[in-house]
Amino acid sequence: MAIVVKRPKLKWWEQLYLPAIFKGLGITLRHFIATVRGKKKVTMQYPEEKWNDHLPEHYRGAPALVTDEQDRERCVACQLCEFICPPRAITIKPEEIPNDDKWAKVEKRPKEFDIDMIRCIYCGLCEEVCPEQAIYLRKDYSITGTSRAEMVHDKKRLYEIGGKRVGLVNKWNELK
Amino acid sequence: MDWTFLLISTIKIVGLVFLVILPMVAYSVWAERRVSAAIQDRVGPNRVGIAGLLQPMADGLKFILKEDFTPSHVRKTYYWMAPALTMIPSLLTCAVLPFGSRLFGEKMVIADLDVGPLFVFAIASLSVYGIVLAGWASNSKYPFFGGVRSTSQMISYEISLGLSIVPLLMIYGTLNLGEIVQNQAVNGWALLPLWGESLSFQGFLLAIPIFISFVIFMTSIFAETNRLPFDLPECETELVAGYHTEYSSMKFALFFLGEYAAMIIGSGLAVTLFFGGWSLPFGWLAPESTAAEVPWWHGMIHIGTFFAKVVAIILFFIWIRWSLPRFRYDQLMRLGWVFFFEIAVANVILTAIILMVVK
Repeated sequence: MAIVVKRPKLKWWEQLYLPAIFKGLGITLRHFIATVRGKKKVTMQYPEEKWNDHLPEHYRGAPALVTDEQDRERCVACQLCEFICPPRAITIKPEEIPNDDKWAKVEKRPKEFDIDMIRCIYCGLCEEVCPEQAIYLRKDYSITGTSRAEMVHDKKRLYEIGGKRVGLVNKWNELK
Repeated sequence: MDWTFLLISTIKIVGLVFLVILPMVAYSVWAERRVSAAIQDRVGPNRVGIAGLLQPMADGLKFILKEDFTPSHVRKTYYWMAPALTMIPSLLTCAVLPFGSRLFGEKMVIADLDVGPLFVFAIASLSVYGIVLAGWASNSKYPFFGGVRSTSQMISYEISLGLSIVPLLMIYGTLNLGEIVQNQAVNGWALLPLWGESLSFQGFLLAIPIFISFVIFMTSIFAETNRLPFDLPECETELVAGYHTEYSSMKFALFFLGEYAAMIIGSGLAVTLFFGGWSLPFGWLAPESTAAEVPWWHGMIHIGTFFAKVVAIILFFIWIRWSLPRFRYDQLMRLGWVFFFEIAVANVILTAIILMVVK
Protein backbone atom coordinates (compact mmCIF):
# COMPACT_ATOMS: atom_id res chain seq x y z
CA MET A 1 0.00 0.00 0.00
CA ALA A 2 1.37 3.27 -0.97
CA ILE A 3 1.74 5.78 1.80
CA VAL A 4 1.50 9.45 1.09
CA VAL A 5 4.08 11.11 3.28
CA LYS A 6 2.73 14.36 4.59
CA ARG A 7 5.30 17.09 4.26
CA PRO A 8 4.69 19.90 6.70
CA LYS A 9 4.18 23.26 5.07
CA LEU A 10 6.97 25.48 6.31
CA LYS A 11 6.44 29.07 7.30
CA TRP A 12 8.50 31.61 5.39
CA TRP A 13 10.91 32.05 8.25
CA GLU A 14 11.32 28.33 8.56
CA GLN A 15 12.22 28.17 4.87
CA LEU A 16 15.07 30.60 5.52
CA TYR A 17 16.93 27.76 7.33
CA LEU A 18 18.48 30.34 9.62
CA PRO A 19 16.37 29.65 12.76
CA ALA A 20 17.05 25.95 12.42
CA ILE A 21 20.76 26.60 11.95
CA PHE A 22 20.91 28.74 15.09
CA LYS A 23 19.00 26.10 17.02
CA GLY A 24 21.50 23.47 15.89
CA LEU A 25 24.43 25.71 16.79
CA GLY A 26 22.88 26.18 20.22
CA ILE A 27 22.65 22.45 20.78
CA THR A 28 26.26 21.81 19.81
CA LEU A 29 27.41 24.78 21.88
CA ARG A 30 25.63 23.39 24.94
CA HIS A 31 27.35 20.04 24.46
CA PHE A 32 30.70 21.77 23.94
CA ILE A 33 30.41 23.84 27.11
CA ALA A 34 29.19 20.89 29.16
CA THR A 35 32.12 18.76 28.01
CA VAL A 36 34.71 21.49 28.48
CA ARG A 37 33.47 22.23 32.00
CA GLY A 38 33.65 18.52 32.75
CA LYS A 39 29.92 18.22 33.43
CA LYS A 40 29.60 15.41 30.93
CA LYS A 41 32.04 12.56 31.07
CA VAL A 42 31.71 9.48 28.97
CA THR A 43 35.24 8.53 27.97
CA MET A 44 37.45 6.66 30.40
CA GLN A 45 41.15 7.54 30.14
CA TYR A 46 42.01 3.88 29.98
CA PRO A 47 45.53 3.18 31.18
CA GLU A 48 45.24 5.73 33.99
CA GLU A 49 41.64 5.00 34.93
CA LYS A 50 40.65 1.39 34.83
CA TRP A 51 37.45 -0.50 34.79
CA ASN A 52 38.27 -2.27 38.04
CA ASP A 53 35.93 -0.32 40.30
CA HIS A 54 33.27 0.16 37.66
CA LEU A 55 32.71 -3.42 36.58
CA PRO A 56 29.18 -4.69 37.11
CA GLU A 57 28.56 -7.59 39.50
CA HIS A 58 27.74 -9.99 36.71
CA TYR A 59 30.91 -9.24 34.73
CA ARG A 60 32.50 -12.33 33.21
CA GLY A 61 36.27 -12.06 33.08
CA ALA A 62 39.02 -14.67 33.11
CA PRO A 63 38.01 -18.09 34.45
CA ALA A 64 40.02 -19.26 37.48
CA LEU A 65 40.20 -22.13 39.93
CA VAL A 66 39.56 -21.62 43.63
CA THR A 67 40.54 -23.41 46.80
CA ASP A 68 38.27 -23.84 49.78
CA GLU A 69 38.77 -22.65 53.34
CA GLN A 70 41.13 -25.56 54.16
CA ASP A 71 43.28 -24.76 51.13
CA ARG A 72 42.11 -27.90 49.42
CA GLU A 73 41.69 -27.51 45.72
CA ARG A 74 38.02 -27.76 44.98
CA CYS A 75 38.45 -29.19 41.51
CA VAL A 76 37.99 -32.96 41.44
CA ALA A 77 38.95 -33.28 37.78
CA CYS A 78 35.54 -34.47 36.67
CA GLN A 79 36.29 -32.83 33.31
CA LEU A 80 32.75 -31.58 32.83
CA CYS A 81 34.05 -28.09 32.08
CA GLU A 82 36.42 -29.53 29.53
CA PHE A 83 33.52 -31.22 27.77
CA ILE A 84 31.15 -28.27 27.87
CA CYS A 85 33.69 -25.63 26.87
CA PRO A 86 32.45 -24.43 23.43
CA PRO A 87 35.82 -23.31 22.05
CA ARG A 88 37.61 -26.20 23.79
CA ALA A 89 39.86 -23.90 25.71
CA ILE A 90 40.15 -26.14 28.76
CA THR A 91 42.51 -29.12 28.93
CA ILE A 92 42.60 -31.22 32.09
CA LYS A 93 44.92 -34.09 33.02
CA PRO A 94 43.46 -35.81 36.08
CA GLU A 95 45.46 -37.76 38.63
CA GLU A 96 44.64 -39.91 41.61
CA ILE A 97 45.21 -38.52 45.06
CA PRO A 98 47.63 -40.86 46.89
CA ASN A 99 46.23 -42.72 49.92
CA ASP A 100 48.49 -41.03 52.42
CA ASP A 101 47.23 -37.61 51.44
CA LYS A 102 45.05 -35.68 53.83
CA TRP A 103 42.34 -35.48 51.18
CA ALA A 104 42.59 -39.06 49.97
CA LYS A 105 38.85 -39.53 50.19
CA VAL A 106 38.37 -37.04 47.33
CA GLU A 107 40.17 -39.56 45.11
CA LYS A 108 40.79 -37.36 42.12
CA ARG A 109 42.41 -34.03 41.42
CA PRO A 110 43.72 -32.27 38.34
CA LYS A 111 47.38 -32.87 37.63
CA GLU A 112 47.36 -30.25 34.95
CA PHE A 113 44.63 -27.73 34.29
CA ASP A 114 45.23 -25.45 31.29
CA ILE A 115 42.92 -22.76 29.97
CA ASP A 116 43.98 -21.32 26.64
CA MET A 117 43.04 -17.65 27.01
CA ILE A 118 43.33 -17.10 23.27
CA ARG A 119 40.48 -19.54 22.84
CA CYS A 120 38.36 -18.68 25.86
CA ILE A 121 35.20 -16.80 24.95
CA TYR A 122 34.24 -15.94 28.54
CA CYS A 123 30.86 -17.66 28.15
CA GLY A 124 30.79 -18.90 31.74
CA LEU A 125 29.53 -22.38 30.91
CA CYS A 126 32.39 -23.94 32.90
CA GLU A 127 31.26 -22.04 35.96
CA GLU A 128 27.69 -23.15 35.40
CA VAL A 129 28.49 -26.78 34.86
CA CYS A 130 30.98 -27.29 37.70
CA PRO A 131 29.46 -29.53 40.39
CA GLU A 132 32.13 -28.53 42.89
CA GLN A 133 31.90 -24.75 42.43
CA ALA A 134 35.62 -24.90 41.72
CA ILE A 135 35.86 -22.71 38.65
CA TYR A 136 34.68 -19.14 38.59
CA LEU A 137 34.81 -16.32 36.10
CA ARG A 138 36.69 -13.50 37.79
CA LYS A 139 36.77 -9.84 36.87
CA ASP A 140 40.22 -9.89 35.27
CA TYR A 141 39.78 -8.67 31.72
CA SER A 142 43.18 -7.46 30.61
CA ILE A 143 44.94 -10.71 29.77
CA THR A 144 47.97 -10.15 27.62
CA GLY A 145 51.04 -12.03 26.59
CA THR A 146 53.81 -11.85 24.06
CA SER A 147 53.52 -15.46 22.91
CA ARG A 148 50.88 -18.13 22.55
CA ALA A 149 52.48 -20.15 25.34
CA GLU A 150 52.20 -17.19 27.65
CA MET A 151 48.49 -16.94 26.97
CA VAL A 152 47.84 -20.44 28.33
CA HIS A 153 46.96 -20.23 31.99
CA ASP A 154 48.26 -23.28 33.82
CA LYS A 155 47.04 -24.59 37.15
CA LYS A 156 49.36 -22.43 39.22
CA ARG A 157 48.30 -19.25 37.45
CA LEU A 158 44.63 -20.21 37.67
CA TYR A 159 44.83 -20.63 41.45
CA GLU A 160 46.74 -17.37 41.64
CA ILE A 161 43.90 -15.53 39.94
CA GLY A 162 41.19 -17.47 41.75
CA GLY A 163 42.48 -17.48 45.30
CA LYS A 164 40.50 -18.82 48.19
CA ARG A 165 36.75 -19.01 48.15
CA VAL A 166 34.93 -19.58 51.40
CA GLY A 167 31.47 -21.02 51.06
CA LEU A 168 29.30 -23.97 50.43
CA VAL A 169 30.52 -26.94 48.45
CA ASN A 170 27.57 -29.25 48.27
CA LYS A 171 29.21 -32.62 48.01
CA TRP A 172 31.80 -32.46 50.77
CA ASN A 173 30.02 -30.41 53.27
CA GLU A 174 29.51 -32.42 56.41
CA LEU A 175 26.20 -30.80 57.08
CA LYS A 176 24.78 -32.32 54.00
CA MET B 1 64.91 46.41 -6.64
CA ASP B 2 66.86 47.41 -3.60
CA TRP B 3 68.16 44.98 -1.05
CA THR B 4 66.37 46.31 2.02
CA PHE B 5 63.01 45.87 0.33
CA LEU B 6 63.93 42.35 -0.69
CA LEU B 7 65.16 41.48 2.79
CA ILE B 8 62.11 42.91 4.55
CA SER B 9 59.75 41.17 2.14
CA THR B 10 61.52 37.88 2.69
CA ILE B 11 61.29 38.30 6.45
CA LYS B 12 57.60 39.07 6.16
CA ILE B 13 56.94 36.11 3.86
CA VAL B 14 58.88 33.66 5.99
CA GLY B 15 57.46 35.09 9.19
CA LEU B 16 53.86 35.06 8.07
CA VAL B 17 53.69 31.95 5.93
CA PHE B 18 56.12 29.59 7.61
CA LEU B 19 56.01 30.78 11.20
CA VAL B 20 52.35 31.71 11.49
CA ILE B 21 50.10 30.26 8.77
CA LEU B 22 51.59 26.76 8.61
CA PRO B 23 51.64 26.23 12.39
CA MET B 24 48.12 27.64 12.44
CA VAL B 25 47.13 25.06 9.84
CA ALA B 26 48.60 22.29 11.96
CA TYR B 27 46.96 23.56 15.10
CA SER B 28 43.60 24.16 13.47
CA VAL B 29 43.59 20.45 12.68
CA TRP B 30 44.25 19.81 16.34
CA ALA B 31 41.56 22.33 17.33
CA GLU B 32 39.16 20.73 14.91
CA ARG B 33 39.68 17.35 16.54
CA ARG B 34 39.48 18.63 20.09
CA VAL B 35 36.44 20.85 19.48
CA SER B 36 34.58 18.20 17.52
CA ALA B 37 35.33 15.78 20.33
CA ALA B 38 33.96 18.19 22.91
CA ILE B 39 30.83 18.77 20.83
CA GLN B 40 30.29 15.03 20.59
CA ASP B 41 30.95 14.48 24.33
CA ARG B 42 34.30 12.83 23.63
CA VAL B 43 37.84 13.71 24.68
CA GLY B 44 39.84 13.92 21.46
CA PRO B 45 43.61 13.59 21.07
CA ASN B 46 45.08 14.38 24.49
CA ARG B 47 48.04 12.01 24.71
CA VAL B 48 50.94 13.58 22.82
CA GLY B 49 52.25 16.43 24.92
CA ILE B 50 50.17 18.50 27.30
CA ALA B 51 46.51 18.29 26.25
CA GLY B 52 47.64 16.69 23.00
CA LEU B 53 49.38 19.85 21.84
CA LEU B 54 52.17 17.91 20.13
CA GLN B 55 49.67 15.83 18.16
CA PRO B 56 50.23 17.86 14.93
CA MET B 57 53.97 17.05 15.12
CA ALA B 58 53.20 13.38 15.52
CA ASP B 59 50.76 13.52 12.61
CA GLY B 60 53.30 15.32 10.45
CA LEU B 61 55.97 12.79 11.30
CA LYS B 62 53.58 9.99 10.41
CA PHE B 63 52.78 11.60 7.07
CA ILE B 64 56.47 12.02 6.24
CA LEU B 65 57.40 8.48 7.20
CA LYS B 66 54.52 6.83 5.37
CA GLU B 67 55.10 5.22 2.01
CA ASP B 68 54.43 7.69 -0.79
CA PHE B 69 52.49 5.33 -2.98
CA THR B 70 51.58 6.16 -6.57
CA PRO B 71 49.01 3.76 -7.99
CA SER B 72 49.84 2.33 -11.41
CA HIS B 73 46.65 3.50 -13.07
CA VAL B 74 47.11 7.24 -12.49
CA ARG B 75 48.36 9.91 -14.87
CA LYS B 76 51.62 10.61 -13.13
CA THR B 77 52.38 14.21 -14.12
CA TYR B 78 49.01 15.62 -13.14
CA TYR B 79 48.79 13.29 -10.17
CA TRP B 80 52.00 14.79 -8.82
CA MET B 81 51.04 18.36 -9.69
CA ALA B 82 47.60 18.34 -8.10
CA PRO B 83 48.56 18.50 -4.39
CA ALA B 84 50.91 21.41 -5.02
CA LEU B 85 48.23 23.19 -7.01
CA THR B 86 45.83 23.09 -4.06
CA MET B 87 48.41 24.14 -1.51
CA ILE B 88 50.18 26.97 -3.37
CA PRO B 89 47.20 29.21 -4.23
CA SER B 90 45.97 29.02 -0.64
CA LEU B 91 49.32 30.27 0.60
CA LEU B 92 49.74 32.84 -2.19
CA THR B 93 46.53 34.63 -1.27
CA CYS B 94 47.85 35.63 2.13
CA ALA B 95 50.19 38.06 0.36
CA VAL B 96 47.60 40.84 0.34
CA LEU B 97 46.08 40.31 3.78
CA PRO B 98 47.03 43.14 6.14
CA PHE B 99 47.79 41.25 9.33
CA GLY B 100 48.85 44.28 11.32
CA SER B 101 49.12 48.06 11.07
CA ARG B 102 52.79 48.89 11.17
CA LEU B 103 55.75 47.47 12.97
CA PHE B 104 59.03 49.45 13.08
CA GLY B 105 57.73 51.62 10.25
CA GLU B 106 56.98 48.68 7.99
CA LYS B 107 53.46 47.97 6.75
CA MET B 108 52.40 44.59 8.03
CA VAL B 109 51.31 43.24 4.68
CA ILE B 110 53.46 41.32 2.24
CA ALA B 111 52.20 43.01 -0.92
CA ASP B 112 50.29 46.26 -0.50
CA LEU B 113 48.29 45.82 -3.71
CA ASP B 114 45.49 48.15 -4.77
CA VAL B 115 43.46 45.18 -6.03
CA GLY B 116 43.43 43.15 -2.80
CA PRO B 117 40.13 41.22 -2.97
CA LEU B 118 40.40 40.74 -6.73
CA PHE B 119 43.87 39.24 -6.29
CA VAL B 120 42.57 36.91 -3.60
CA PHE B 121 39.66 35.71 -5.72
CA ALA B 122 41.81 35.34 -8.83
CA ILE B 123 44.41 33.22 -7.05
CA ALA B 124 41.98 31.31 -4.84
CA SER B 125 39.99 30.21 -7.86
CA LEU B 126 43.16 28.52 -9.14
CA SER B 127 42.93 25.98 -6.36
CA VAL B 128 39.99 24.42 -8.17
CA TYR B 129 42.52 23.14 -10.70
CA GLY B 130 44.30 21.18 -8.04
CA ILE B 131 41.14 19.39 -7.08
CA VAL B 132 39.97 18.83 -10.63
CA LEU B 133 43.38 17.50 -11.66
CA ALA B 134 43.50 15.25 -8.62
CA GLY B 135 40.09 13.87 -9.45
CA TRP B 136 40.86 13.38 -13.11
CA ALA B 137 44.43 12.14 -12.85
CA SER B 138 43.51 9.56 -10.24
CA ASN B 139 41.72 7.70 -13.03
CA SER B 140 39.25 6.16 -10.65
CA LYS B 141 35.53 6.67 -10.16
CA TYR B 142 35.21 8.25 -6.72
CA PRO B 143 37.96 10.85 -7.18
CA PHE B 144 36.44 11.64 -10.56
CA PHE B 145 33.04 12.34 -9.02
CA GLY B 146 34.69 14.43 -6.34
CA GLY B 147 36.59 16.44 -8.92
CA VAL B 148 33.52 17.05 -11.06
CA ARG B 149 31.46 18.08 -8.08
CA SER B 150 34.07 20.48 -6.80
CA THR B 151 34.44 22.12 -10.22
CA SER B 152 30.81 23.07 -10.45
CA GLN B 153 30.56 23.91 -6.78
CA MET B 154 33.57 26.19 -6.65
CA ILE B 155 32.71 27.94 -9.90
CA SER B 156 29.13 28.49 -8.78
CA TYR B 157 30.05 29.93 -5.43
CA GLU B 158 32.82 32.13 -6.78
CA ILE B 159 30.13 34.28 -8.37
CA SER B 160 28.24 34.94 -5.17
CA LEU B 161 31.53 35.29 -3.31
CA GLY B 162 32.67 38.02 -5.68
CA LEU B 163 29.32 39.78 -5.77
CA SER B 164 28.86 39.66 -2.02
CA ILE B 165 31.76 41.99 -1.32
CA VAL B 166 30.80 44.55 -3.97
CA PRO B 167 28.65 46.52 -1.47
CA LEU B 168 31.66 46.84 0.83
CA LEU B 169 33.85 48.06 -1.99
CA MET B 170 31.17 50.60 -2.91
CA ILE B 171 30.98 51.86 0.66
CA TYR B 172 34.74 52.14 1.19
CA GLY B 173 35.51 53.17 -2.37
CA THR B 174 38.82 51.30 -2.48
CA LEU B 175 40.13 47.86 -3.33
CA ASN B 176 43.17 48.19 -1.09
CA LEU B 177 42.59 45.94 1.90
CA GLY B 178 44.91 48.06 4.06
CA GLU B 179 42.83 51.17 3.33
CA ILE B 180 39.62 49.26 4.05
CA VAL B 181 40.92 48.18 7.44
CA GLN B 182 42.20 51.67 8.23
CA ASN B 183 38.77 53.05 7.36
CA GLN B 184 37.10 50.53 9.63
CA ALA B 185 39.54 51.21 12.45
CA VAL B 186 38.62 54.89 12.47
CA ASN B 187 35.02 54.80 11.36
CA GLY B 188 33.59 51.62 12.83
CA TRP B 189 33.78 48.02 11.67
CA ALA B 190 31.53 47.01 8.82
CA LEU B 191 29.44 44.85 11.12
CA LEU B 192 29.79 47.08 14.19
CA PRO B 193 29.03 50.69 13.12
CA LEU B 194 29.15 52.12 16.63
CA TRP B 195 31.85 54.82 16.42
CA GLY B 196 33.34 57.37 14.03
CA GLU B 197 31.56 58.34 10.84
CA SER B 198 29.44 55.22 10.66
CA LEU B 199 27.62 56.23 13.86
CA SER B 200 24.88 57.84 11.77
CA PHE B 201 21.55 57.01 10.18
CA GLN B 202 23.27 56.05 6.94
CA GLY B 203 25.74 53.89 8.80
CA PHE B 204 22.98 51.95 10.55
CA LEU B 205 21.06 51.54 7.28
CA LEU B 206 24.20 50.29 5.54
CA ALA B 207 24.60 47.63 8.21
CA ILE B 208 21.65 45.80 6.62
CA PRO B 209 23.25 45.14 3.22
CA ILE B 210 26.57 44.52 4.93
CA PHE B 211 24.99 41.84 7.08
CA ILE B 212 23.42 40.21 4.02
CA SER B 213 26.84 40.38 2.34
CA PHE B 214 28.40 38.79 5.39
CA VAL B 215 25.98 35.84 5.36
CA ILE B 216 26.52 35.25 1.63
CA PHE B 217 30.28 35.73 1.96
CA MET B 218 30.66 33.30 4.83
CA THR B 219 28.47 30.65 3.17
CA SER B 220 30.41 31.01 -0.07
CA ILE B 221 33.71 30.71 1.80
CA PHE B 222 32.42 27.48 3.31
CA ALA B 223 31.59 26.24 -0.18
CA GLU B 224 34.89 27.46 -1.65
CA THR B 225 36.97 25.72 0.99
CA ASN B 226 34.93 22.53 0.67
CA ARG B 227 33.97 22.60 4.31
CA LEU B 228 30.87 21.06 5.72
CA PRO B 229 27.97 21.60 5.09
CA PHE B 230 29.28 21.90 1.53
CA ASP B 231 31.97 19.21 1.50
CA LEU B 232 30.46 17.34 -1.41
CA PRO B 233 33.78 16.92 -3.28
CA GLU B 234 35.06 14.70 -0.50
CA CYS B 235 31.99 13.48 1.35
CA GLU B 236 33.07 10.28 3.03
CA THR B 237 29.68 8.62 3.03
CA GLU B 238 29.27 8.69 -0.74
CA LEU B 239 32.70 9.08 -2.33
CA VAL B 240 35.11 7.28 0.02
CA ALA B 241 37.33 10.37 0.36
CA GLY B 242 36.45 12.20 -2.86
CA TYR B 243 39.21 13.67 -4.95
CA HIS B 244 42.05 12.53 -2.68
CA THR B 245 40.99 8.89 -2.40
CA GLU B 246 44.05 7.67 -4.31
CA TYR B 247 46.54 9.81 -2.43
CA SER B 248 48.65 8.81 0.52
CA SER B 249 51.37 10.15 2.78
CA MET B 250 52.65 13.70 2.21
CA LYS B 251 50.63 14.23 -0.97
CA PHE B 252 47.44 13.57 0.96
CA ALA B 253 48.73 15.83 3.73
CA LEU B 254 49.21 18.62 1.19
CA PHE B 255 45.54 18.44 0.22
CA PHE B 256 44.66 18.48 3.87
CA LEU B 257 46.93 21.42 4.60
CA GLY B 258 45.70 23.24 1.51
CA GLU B 259 42.13 22.92 2.69
CA TYR B 260 42.95 24.29 6.12
CA ALA B 261 45.19 27.01 4.71
CA ALA B 262 42.33 28.11 2.45
CA MET B 263 40.13 28.14 5.51
CA ILE B 264 42.58 30.36 7.40
CA ILE B 265 42.95 32.76 4.48
CA GLY B 266 39.17 32.82 4.07
CA SER B 267 38.82 33.66 7.76
CA GLY B 268 41.48 36.32 7.37
CA LEU B 269 39.59 37.86 4.47
CA ALA B 270 36.30 37.78 6.41
CA VAL B 271 38.02 39.44 9.37
CA THR B 272 39.61 42.06 7.13
CA LEU B 273 36.41 42.91 5.31
CA PHE B 274 33.78 42.63 8.02
CA PHE B 275 35.43 42.75 11.44
CA GLY B 276 37.92 45.54 11.01
CA GLY B 277 41.03 43.45 10.41
CA TRP B 278 43.76 44.27 12.93
CA SER B 279 41.87 47.14 14.54
CA LEU B 280 40.55 47.15 18.07
CA PRO B 281 36.88 48.05 18.59
CA PHE B 282 35.76 51.65 19.27
CA GLY B 283 38.82 53.11 17.63
CA TRP B 284 41.22 52.23 20.47
CA LEU B 285 44.86 52.58 19.43
CA ALA B 286 43.75 53.30 15.88
CA PRO B 287 46.34 55.15 13.76
CA GLU B 288 45.10 58.29 12.01
CA SER B 289 45.89 57.07 8.51
CA THR B 290 47.73 54.27 6.76
CA ALA B 291 50.76 56.53 6.48
CA ALA B 292 50.81 57.44 10.20
CA GLU B 293 53.60 56.13 12.37
CA VAL B 294 52.56 53.54 14.97
CA PRO B 295 54.46 52.70 18.18
CA TRP B 296 55.85 49.18 18.06
CA TRP B 297 53.73 47.89 20.91
CA HIS B 298 50.58 49.16 19.15
CA GLY B 299 51.78 47.23 16.12
CA MET B 300 52.18 44.08 18.18
CA ILE B 301 48.71 44.50 19.68
CA HIS B 302 47.27 44.94 16.19
CA ILE B 303 48.92 41.75 14.93
CA GLY B 304 47.64 39.90 17.99
CA THR B 305 44.14 41.27 17.44
CA PHE B 306 44.11 40.13 13.84
CA PHE B 307 45.11 36.59 14.66
CA ALA B 308 42.73 36.43 17.62
CA LYS B 309 39.89 37.31 15.27
CA VAL B 310 41.07 34.77 12.71
CA VAL B 311 41.16 32.08 15.38
CA ALA B 312 37.62 33.01 16.44
CA ILE B 313 36.37 32.64 12.86
CA ILE B 314 38.18 29.30 12.50
CA LEU B 315 36.45 28.09 15.64
CA PHE B 316 33.19 29.21 14.07
CA PHE B 317 34.06 27.15 10.97
CA ILE B 318 34.64 24.11 13.16
CA TRP B 319 31.50 24.75 15.16
CA ILE B 320 29.41 24.93 11.97
CA ARG B 321 31.00 21.76 10.66
CA TRP B 322 29.86 19.69 13.60
CA SER B 323 26.40 21.26 13.75
CA LEU B 324 25.01 21.13 10.24
CA PRO B 325 24.36 18.12 8.04
CA ARG B 326 25.70 18.00 4.49
CA PHE B 327 23.59 19.57 1.75
CA ARG B 328 22.22 17.48 -1.09
CA TYR B 329 23.88 18.33 -4.38
CA ASP B 330 20.81 19.88 -6.02
CA GLN B 331 20.14 21.90 -2.87
CA LEU B 332 23.70 23.19 -3.01
CA MET B 333 23.35 24.29 -6.63
CA ARG B 334 19.92 25.80 -5.96
CA LEU B 335 21.24 27.73 -3.00
CA GLY B 336 24.14 29.06 -5.03
CA TRP B 337 22.42 29.96 -8.27
CA VAL B 338 18.81 30.67 -7.32
CA PHE B 339 19.22 32.35 -3.97
CA PHE B 340 22.68 33.71 -3.29
CA PHE B 341 23.36 34.99 -6.78
CA GLU B 342 20.09 36.94 -6.89
CA ILE B 343 20.32 38.17 -3.33
CA ALA B 344 23.88 39.35 -3.91
CA VAL B 345 22.85 41.33 -7.00
CA ALA B 346 19.86 42.81 -5.21
CA ASN B 347 22.15 43.66 -2.32
CA VAL B 348 24.45 45.66 -4.59
CA ILE B 349 21.46 47.66 -5.83
CA LEU B 350 20.17 48.16 -2.29
CA THR B 351 23.56 49.49 -1.20
CA ALA B 352 23.71 51.83 -4.17
CA ILE B 353 20.25 53.19 -3.31
CA ILE B 354 21.16 53.73 0.34
CA LEU B 355 24.42 55.43 -0.62
CA MET B 356 22.65 57.73 -3.05
CA VAL B 357 19.42 58.54 -1.22
CA VAL B 358 20.42 58.69 2.46
CA LYS B 359 23.11 61.23 3.19
